[in-house]
Amino acid sequence: MYVAVKGGETAIKNAHRLLADRRRGNRSVPALGLEQIVEQLGLAVDRVMAEGSLYDRELAALAIRQARGDMIEAIFLVRAYRTTMPRFGYSRPVDTGAMLVERRVSATYKDLPGGQVLGPTFDYTHRLLDPALAGDVSVEEPALREEEKQAMPRVSSILAQEGLIEDDGTMPPGHEPGDITRTPNEHPMERDQRLQALSRGDEGFLLALAYSTQRGYARSHPFVGEIRIGEVEVELDVAELPFPVTLGRVRLTECQMVNQFKGSLKAPPQFTRGYGLVFGQSERKAMAMSLVDRALRASELGEDVVAPAQDEEFVIAHSDNVQATGFVEHLKLPHYVDFQAELDLVRRMRCEYDEREQGQDTTEESREAAE
Amino acid sequence: MKSERAREMELHARRKQAMAVLARAPAEHVHRLWSEAGFEVEARPLRGPETGLVTLRGRMGGGGAAFNVGEATVTRASVRLESGEIGHAYALGRDAEKVHIAAIVDALWQCTERRDAVEARIVAPLAAALDEADAKHEAETAATRVDFFTMVRGED
Repeated sequence: MYVAVKGGETAIKNAHRLLADRRRGNRSVPALGLEQIVEQLGLAVDRVMAEGSLYDRELAALAIRQARGDMIEAIFLVRAYRTTMPRFGYSRPVDTGAMLVERRVSATYKDLPGGQVLGPTFDYTHRLLDPALAGDVSVEEPALREEEKQAMPRVSSILAQEGLIEDDGTMPPGHEPGDITRTPNEHPMERDQRLQALSRGDEGFLLALAYSTQRGYARSHPFVGEIRIGEVEVELDVAELPFPVTLGRVRLTECQMVNQFKGSLKAPPQFTRGYGLVFGQSERKAMAMSLVDRALRASELGEDVVAPAQDEEFVIAHSDNVQATGFVEHLKLPHYVDFQAELDLVRRMRCEYDEREQGQDTTEESREAAE
Repeated sequence: MKSERAREMELHARRKQAMAVLARAPAEHVHRLWSEAGFEVEARPLRGPETGLVTLRGRMGGGGAAFNVGEATVTRASVRLESGEIGHAYALGRDAEKVHIAAIVDALWQCTERRDAVEARIVAPLAAALDEADAKHEAETAATRVDFFTMVRGED
C-alpha cells in the first residue's frame, strides 16, 4: 500500500525565510553588492562561470550571493538559469593565438617570442596572511612599461617546427563538434565531447585526477608548454549579416601540456599533448584539465588503460558537480516508504538468521550431551 | 577605380568594425555619447532586444578541431528606420538598452549621409576609449615581463 503524506509547507516556508535572514546576516553590516563580488572576488566568479558553463560575470556574482558563497550551489543556480534561455547558435572557434594576453608563461622554453609575462599571479607570493588586508588599505597603481606590442604565438606552433611534437588534434573532415548539452553521453566519446565535459567539470575532481597521474597512476611525464590567460574576441555567423558579427571579448585560460611519450604500436616516440581551456582566470583548472585530457587519450595512443584518470566513463560520468551533488544530496530527501520496506525486509532476514542460529545451538548441545 | 565588389567588401569591413566597437564598449559610455550626439531618429523595433545564449567554441590544442567550451549570454536587437535602413546589434551580456541603441546606430551608419556623423560622434570616441584601455592593459602586463640575465659565476 502506498500512502501519500502531505505536510511541512509551513516548515519549508519558514526555513526559506530563515535562509534569507542568515544569508543577509547582521543587518548592521552593509549588504554585499554584485559589483563588489565581480571586482573583489573575481576568481570565485570565474569558477562559477566555468563550471556553471555560462559566461556572464554579473549572473555568476548574483549566484554566489544567493548561494551564500556555496560554490557548487551557485554553479547549480547558473546551470538552472541556462536552461531557461533560448540559443542563438555556435560561435566561430576563438583564436587563442590572437589573445590580448594578461599572463603567459612556459616551463619548457625560457626565451620565446613574446617572452614570459607573469601577470596578476599568486606565484612567488609567500602565502602569509596579510593583516593589512583586513582593512581598506590603499593599493598602488600597477607599474607600466611602454613598449612595442609583441606577437605571442602559441608555444605549440614553435615546437611543431621540429616535428617532434604531435599536431593540435584533428577530427575527421566534416565532423560537427559534439554537444553534450544537446545529446546524451555515450561512451566511448570523441575528444571534442570530452573536452566540453572537462571544461565545465569540477575543479576539485579534475585536480585530484591530474594529481593521481603525477603520482604514478598513468604517469604522463608532463611539462607546461604554455599557460596563457587573457581576452579573446568572439564572433558569430548570423543570417542577417554578410559577415561574422563580433560579440565582444571573453577572458579565457589556456594550458598546453606537453608530455614525453616513448612511443607505442600506434604512435612513434614524440611529445604528445593535453589541452585545457577554461572560462575566466583559472590556471589550476586548465592545468588539471590538460593532464586529464592527455590521460584520457590512452587508447588513441595505444597505452594500457590501468588507472582511474584514463577511464573515460569513470572520469566524464563523475566530473560534473551538479549531477554529482544532485545524486548525493537527494539522499537526504524523504525516503520514508523505501526505508519502511527495507526495515521490514531486514527484520525478516534477521528472524530467519536467529532461527538458524538457534537450530545450530540445539544440535551442538545435543552432541555435547551425547559425548 | 575600385571595383563594385571591392567597395562593398570595404564597406562591410567598416560596418563590422563599427558594430564590434559598439558591442565591446561599456554601456554607460554608449548611453552618454548617444544622448550627446542628438540624432533625431524614429526607429521601429523589428526584433528584441532579446537575450539568449551563444555556445562558445575553442579548438583542441589551440588550432585543431573545434569543440564547445560553454555558453555566454548574448543580447541582440534589430530596428528599422523610417527611411528603410535596418540596423542590427549583438553584444555579450544582458544590457537590452545598450544593444537597442547599438542597433539604431548601425541603421544610421548605413545612411550614407549620416555615416560620417555617426563615426565621428559615436564610433570613433568609443574606439579611442577602448584602444586607450587596451594600451594601458598592455603596458601593465608588459611590466610583469621577465628579463632574464645570466649570472657569471666563479673566477675567470
